[in-house]
Amino acid sequence: MAQETHQVEHAHAEGGHASLRTYVIIGVILTVVTAIEVAISYIPAMEPVEVPLLLALSFAKFMLVVLFYMHLKFDSKIFSRVFYGLSLLAALLISGLLLFHVVLGEYRT
Amino acid sequence: MAQTDAHALHPPTSTGLNTWKLGFWVFLSSETLFFGSFIATYMVYKSASVVGPFPTEILDIPLTSISTFVLLMSSLAVVVGLDGIQKGKRKQALAGLFTTVLLGALFLGFQAYEFTHFYHAGLTLQTNLFGSSFFILTGFHGAHVSIGIIWLFILFMDILRGPMVPEKHALQVEVAGLYWHFVDIVWIVIFTLIYLLA
Repeated sequence: MAQETHQVEHAHAEGGHASLRTYVIIGVILTVVTAIEVAISYIPAMEPVEVPLLLALSFAKFMLVVLFYMHLKFDSKIFSRVFYGLSLLAALLISGLLLFHVVLGEYRT
Repeated sequence: MAQTDAHALHPPTSTGLNTWKLGFWVFLSSETLFFGSFIATYMVYKSASVVGPFPTEILDIPLTSISTFVLLMSSLAVVVGLDGIQKGKRKQALAGLFTTVLLGALFLGFQAYEFTHFYHAGLTLQTNLFGSSFFILTGFHGAHVSIGIIWLFILFMDILRGPMVPEKHALQVEVAGLYWHFVDIVWIVIFTLIYLLA
């Protein structure tokens, strides 16, 4: 009985979605952010902050798609933990390899 | 209502979640490591080429910006289609899925043009480290887009040729949509790291 209640609670936690209006707004935001990214890459004055700014905007777009289009904002937390956990591992993999490359470069010179 | 029914169609599980959907999330998570490895390899090798062409000489940001916009809009089209299925609106569902397939094919067209252009400019898989890592990364992404197009086209034809069953099709399109959005977020990362930060 307790297990059935547990299952029903989980079933209700799964499958929520945003409204069509929200989807369109997210689409517009993604387009505007992409346009801003391209503009930043062309403006010489933005060069000192270009890398962190572009990475931040890219991360914002990534999160918008994951939260709203992939429904993680409304779906079961289990999906979020699985996806965020391994995405973090992928980010660590990229960072670790780049760090290794930089250190190796130091040794070469 | 339809979306609740779609999730009630599977036998009870210890988590209460649909096993297909959970398994697919695990698969997508493993794919982040797959693409993460290729992105990391590209970042390490992009400036290690001894001979040209080099990234700054050959990458076309305006063209890729358009193809990025096309892929982002295809993600919007999938959720519009899914929304149509969940609400029992057949025309909206078909329009959403067909638009996604069309935009996906257009994105592949841009990629085919880019690859051809690079080939004529002297950049091949064997030219230098930049060429090898670039073609492997974007090529695998293109292959994923192709699989997504075929998958969504099959679902589109299934709804077109027979009755739309929201309880069945909502889950099918949602899972195919998850795959499509994943391909989209991989491109979001590629666009920034490979093109904008060239």
